[in-house]
Amino acid sequence: MSFLELGNLHKHYGPVAALAGVDLNVASGSRTAIVGPSGCGKTTLLRLIAGFEAPDQGRIVLDGQVLANGGAAVPAHRRGIGVVAQDGALFPHLTISDNIGFGVRRDDDKRAERIVELAYIVGLDKAILKRRPHELSGGQQQRVALARAMAMKPRLMLLDEPFSALDTGLRASMRKAVAELLEAAGITTILVTHDQAEALSFASQVAVMRDGKFSQVGTPRELYLKPKDRMIAEFLGDAIILPASISGGFASSPLGRIAVDTSDSRDVARIMLRPEQIGLKRTSREGMSGTPDMLFGEVTESEFAGSTCTIAVRLLNNADPPDAAAIGGTPLILRKSGMDAPSVGEIVRLTVSGKAHVFA
Amino acid sequence: MQSAVDFARSDMSPKIRRRAQRRVAPWIVAAAVSASLLALVPLAFIIWIAVQTGWETVSALVFRPRVGELLVNTGLLVLLAVPIAIALSVTLAWLTERSDLPGARLWAWLCVAPLAIPAFVHSYAWITIVPGLHGLWAGVLVSVIAYFPFLYLPVSAALRRLDPALEDAAAALGLGPWRVFWRVVLPQLRLAICGGSLLVGLHLLAEYGLYVFIRFDTFTTAIVDQFQSTFNGPAANMLAGVLVTCCFVLLGLEVLVRGEERYARVGSGAARHQQRVSLGRATLPSLLLFVLTTLLALGVPFVTIGRWLAAGGADVWRVDEIGLALGQTLFLSLAGALLATVAAMPMAWISIRAPGPLQRLLEGCNYIVGSLPGVVIALALVTITVRIALPLYQTLFTILVAYALMFLPRALVSLRASIAQAPVELERAASSLGRRPLNALWSTTIRLSAPGAAAGMALVALGIMNELTATQMLAPNGTRTLAMAFWSYSGEIDYASAAPYAFIMVAMSLPLTWLLYVQSKRMAGR
Repeated sequence: MSFLELGNLHKHYGPVAALAGVDLNVASGSRTAIVGPSGCGKTTLLRLIAGFEAPDQGRIVLDGQVLANGGAAVPAHRRGIGVVAQDGALFPHLTISDNIGFGVRRDDDKRAERIVELAYIVGLDKAILKRRPHELSGGQQQRVALARAMAMKPRLMLLDEPFSALDTGLRASMRKAVAELLEAAGITTILVTHDQAEALSFASQVAVMRDGKFSQVGTPRELYLKPKDRMIAEFLGDAIILPASISGGFASSPLGRIAVDTSDSRDVARIMLRPEQIGLKRTSREGMSGTPDMLFGEVTESEFAGSTCTIAVRLLNNADPPDAAAIGGTPLILRKSGMDAPSVGEIVRLTVSGKAHVFA
Repeated sequence: MQSAVDFARSDMSPKIRRRAQRRVAPWIVAAAVSASLLALVPLAFIIWIAVQTGWETVSALVFRPRVGELLVNTGLLVLLAVPIAIALSVTLAWLTERSDLPGARLWAWLCVAPLAIPAFVHSYAWITIVPGLHGLWAGVLVSVIAYFPFLYLPVSAALRRLDPALEDAAAALGLGPWRVFWRVVLPQLRLAICGGSLLVGLHLLAEYGLYVFIRFDTFTTAIVDQFQSTFNGPAANMLAGVLVTCCFVLLGLEVLVRGEERYARVGSGAARHQQRVSLGRATLPSLLLFVLTTLLALGVPFVTIGRWLAAGGADVWRVDEIGLALGQTLFLSLAGALLATVAAMPMAWISIRAPGPLQRLLEGCNYIVGSLPGVVIALALVTITVRIALPLYQTLFTILVAYALMFLPRALVSLRASIAQAPVELERAASSLGRRPLNALWSTTIRLSAPGAAAGMALVALGIMNELTATQMLAPNGTRTLAMAFWSYSGEIDYASAAPYAFIMVAMSLPLTWLLYVQSKRMAGR
């Protein structure tokens, strides 16, 4: 039974279609991430769910209540949906305490108590409550925005790129803290982001959006390892895409015989490997001789970046691919641990672990 | 860009920062200090005269029923006109900026256009149409009509700048549209409303011609009456002292109400484009409000001037007389504007390039003097010249100094904004490319700030063109500006002969008002 249902949502701004038929089901208490390049319509979708705008066509149903149907829509202030905006959108003329308590009735006896409790939940120091938004750091502002949205006990929480304004280190810890917090409160959450790593690590369901539509919806693992097409594959991470012929659960490719995730047979297909599936082992030119079924390469470039090292490997031999010319001189780009990465000129043996994904 | 510069500055060690400040050439500091000291002279004189007159005479002159009466009149005028102007301006500004009102851009411009009409011309128009108009409510009506654009401009600019994400956030927290307006939008307009109200209030205190037409006595009219009957006697000076106190009360109130809060948007990123609210059935009443406002604020003066011009025919266009007045007005306006801009330049430069406590103090002096009514400055200069430097009494020099003192803040605001647009990095880049310091300054900062300086000069010229009280009291014998000619004809109830002068003043002010409108748009980032 899904908690939030979006059915065939359309929204136009003049001649531009921001949303062109969006369908989505969100389970109660789950976390969904909507990810896509900027301008794909994800923020528009969030605004429709929040009620800041009405769809041109389509339905939004939350917990059995129709929020929008065609042009008719319940206004935002009657929806009980929490929103945390990109930069927090804190009220600059109010103290932190008044910001958090903004949605709580002022004649509520427990208002002050509730504000303190919320501040505690989001990990804010009590001393901060008397301050003003501009005196806070970006991370603190986001926590206040979250506490403010949680104060009215929302049925659904919408997060609009809430971590993008934070530094890299803070971003990861905030993301984890927010995920745990919302999970503990049992609030269904939708996160909008253009950062694929954020989407994959935050959510139990990820929806990839492009040109106003979802191109694929699934669990993070599913999307990462079995993307529907090349664009999704490359959007979610680095990908090595190779021509291959497949039969009997194996592909023969420029990287040799690799297990695949389908039992179909096809003469011409494209397979995808994630770079981390390829292992490197140091060897030498002498080590290459007499091992025709093994795959060797030479490191042509190496770029050190601290914890990781990006290296380019040019294949020295390949095991009779269907169209070897297609890959020919293109080196493989791999990201390896910076500790023991081979340096330029070294000969390495390549091994593939796990299965390759075959594009339909 | 600006935030990057701020960041760089805050990152400097105190030692480096001190050196950066010391880089300001001493002659610039000296120029800024002397401009401010000169600005303080009128104020100092009022205090000095009060001290010299002695407490007994002062209390006899100040604590009398007449002063109480004037105080009640002036106080009621401010207390009634300012809130009405606030309500009207906020409504009009919201409708033009945030609703789908048909023709919003045209209405926005029509809401600023009344500024092109001098306040006493508004009054002249009303007294023509309703000859019996007089007293407090007449004063309130004409004051609101003449001065509400001073509130409309900042409020609409602030509305345009508001981050719509805040309103979205409030709606998501369960607030309906009206409560969002009261709890989120209105508090953010506080700065704009305070600033605009102060401006309106100060104009109400300083205005002379408007209230003479409708026979409503305020401090300013009383001071001019007193001056005309007893010249610069202690009575006029003491009334001026009370008026100055009223101005200070307004300034202090504004500081109190404005508070210390920050209203800029918190966080980074571009603000989302604002959505306009659909008016639906309220469209017609809203349009009616604009039609009514435009009729009262523009229709009445234009129709009246047109009617008098038609009635007077060709006879009222005494070309030689009008030409002379026009020439004198243009000369005084341009010379005064030039002097005010030159006097403001060192201060503007320091306030952008080397801000600090000294600069804030100097600037404060200028704003306080700039907020004093023209009649007070004129009276002080009359007293000073007559007592100390008689040869300077009623000379071109004195009247230009008076203009510079009165309108320095206008020049300062424009100059500051334009210098701020020329980051110091450009000056440094020019230096590093081999230009000598003065040459580097010329080819970067001065070039870039020239349009803003010109706009500031135009606004000062606009003020001088429509100035009446100080000009009457200080100008050399035989001077007859457009405003003075208008005033003397309408004083003789020869309204037809006054009409051409009113027409020329309005016609010359309209383009400058357009400039003001465009500038306020640009300041809001559009």
